Amino acid sequence: MKEEYNDTDPIEKAPEETTGTAAPDETKGTAAPGEPTATAAPDGSSPGETPPATTPDPNLQPTEPEPVSSGKGEPIIVIKGLYKSFKDHNVLCGVDLYVYKGENLVILGKSGSGKSVLIKCMVGLETPDKGTIEIFGQDISRLNYDELNAMRVRIGFLFQNSALYDSMTVRENLAFPLRQHKKTMTREKTESTIMEMLDNVGLTDSIDQMPSKLSGGQSKRIGLARTLILRPQVMLYDEPTTGLDTGTARGISELICKMKDKYKISSIIITHDMPSAKITADRIVMMRDGAVYAEGSYEELERSDDEWIKSFFY
Amino acid sequence: MQSSLNKTFFYNAGDMVAFMARFFKEVFKPPYELREILYQCYLVGYKSTFLIGLTGFIMGVVLAIQTRPSMAEFGAISLIPGMVSVSVIREIGPVITAIICAGKIGSRMGAELGSMRVTEQIDAMEVSAINPYRYLVVTRTLATTLMVPLLAIYADIIALYGGYIAMNIHDKTSLQHFFVAAMHHLEFIDVFPAIIKTFFFGWVIGIIGCYKGYNARRGTESVGIAANSAVVASSLAVFIIDLIAAQVTDLIS
Repeated sequence: MKEEYNDTDPIEKAPEETTGTAAPDETKGTAAPGEPTATAAPDGSSPGETPPATTPDPNLQPTEPEPVSSGKGEPIIVIKGLYKSFKDHNVLCGVDLYVYKGENLVILGKSGSGKSVLIKCMVGLETPDKGTIEIFGQDISRLNYDELNAMRVRIGFLFQNSALYDSMTVRENLAFPLRQHKKTMTREKTESTIMEMLDNVGLTDSIDQMPSKLSGGQSKRIGLARTLILRPQVMLYDEPTTGLDTGTARGISELICKMKDKYKISSIIITHDMPSAKITADRIVMMRDGAVYAEGSYEELERSDDEWIKSFFY
Repeated sequence: MQSSLNKTFFYNAGDMVAFMARFFKEVFKPPYELREILYQCYLVGYKSTFLIGLTGFIMGVVLAIQTRPSMAEFGAISLIPGMVSVSVIREIGPVITAIICAGKIGSRMGAELGSMRVTEQIDAMEVSAINPYRYLVVTRTLATTLMVPLLAIYADIIALYGGYIAMNIHDKTSLQHFFVAAMHHLEFIDVFPAIIKTFFFGWVIGIIGCYKGYNARRGTESVGIAANSAVVASSLAVFIIDLIAAQVTDLIS
């Protein structure tokens, strides 16, 4: 079941198969042009109602989600029917998602909605219970350890707390991935690559500092530089502005856009920081109770009448 | 309740065995991270020399002083060097060194890797396609396996010197005479198994310290728990290996 969208449609509306939290009948044709695509709640209730905390019925999930091209080329990340639970706690309840090449996709949601678990599944840090994650056409769950590592080199991951190696200086933090993956790289080339990355994030002066001496914003920038040093094609940002003051957060958001333009990277940005989402997002997906709840551009979602969506904007 | 506890125990035991077995799979695979191994050897070996040396010295002094009255009663003062050397080299030196290392190095590894786990540094390695087991666990375990035997030999020598100093409090003897007398009572079967078992001590201290830290749960409390349980488990493992080594040596001799 394929549905074509053209570029004139302002809504980056996912087909029913990919938004994936409601039976097709319940969502089909509900989003008028210019309005966000708010999918029905997992239990089939309307988007405006608060869905129950219980697990959505898996039978309501689309069985064969299939993203369509919307003039941006084929999606490079396709997630279909992803489920993940920890003991009795269901974290992801049938997530369907796709990301196009060169796109910044922001995933918004309140704490505990499964955003971080979703991107951890994408790099193999968590194993999904059910569903598929295809990146560059390869199903992550079917890769062996070496194949997964080859894939990981193409995916950058910026952790919420930057996760800098605290026993190494900034220079060593950046040199470490190069030493592991670019064994033939000369010392001079390594040094110039490190300087280029530090220059990108505006922190060349911090090259010999230890991570403990860096501020929160500086750590984020160094973390970004370290992630970008392997030139990934996809970046996953886990709450990149959390814990930063407004100005620093804005700086990080602008840096994300700058890096996207400079290196033509596709990104998924997990956040609940609306100013950051406004700066960075080409498209926004909102997650609620482990499933995609709504999607659209920032402006479209801002205009929504849905109380839950509105709670993010005011 | 009991069955749940049993299940947890067997699950943890199986997990630890799998973790240990992975060492032998990873240790022969390149890249060998020589730089990190040397750095860990420096931390484990060189940074422990003062503590091990001081402990060894006290051990030798105490042993010589404590045994002197009994030996004097039997007119066997001249046997003190031999008694000190056999006790120290066969048993006390390796075991005390291993226990000190379990406390100093095992706890450091548990806390370091636990902290890295909690702050997602291990995950950061994983997502950068760097094998954290090989970089963190193999290097540290190799370092302890190589350094603990050297530290034990060092502790033995210092302990013998301590014994010599203690003997000179009441009796006059030269350093050369003391060492000749000490070596005279040693046989191959005293030295060789003692050195061999220190490799096992070193390996078990490293792997348990790393296991506890590597598998720390999220949260800062788990770092303390990892460090603490690393010391307890590796100390216990040292005594168990010592017991097995004593049995094996007894069978051989």
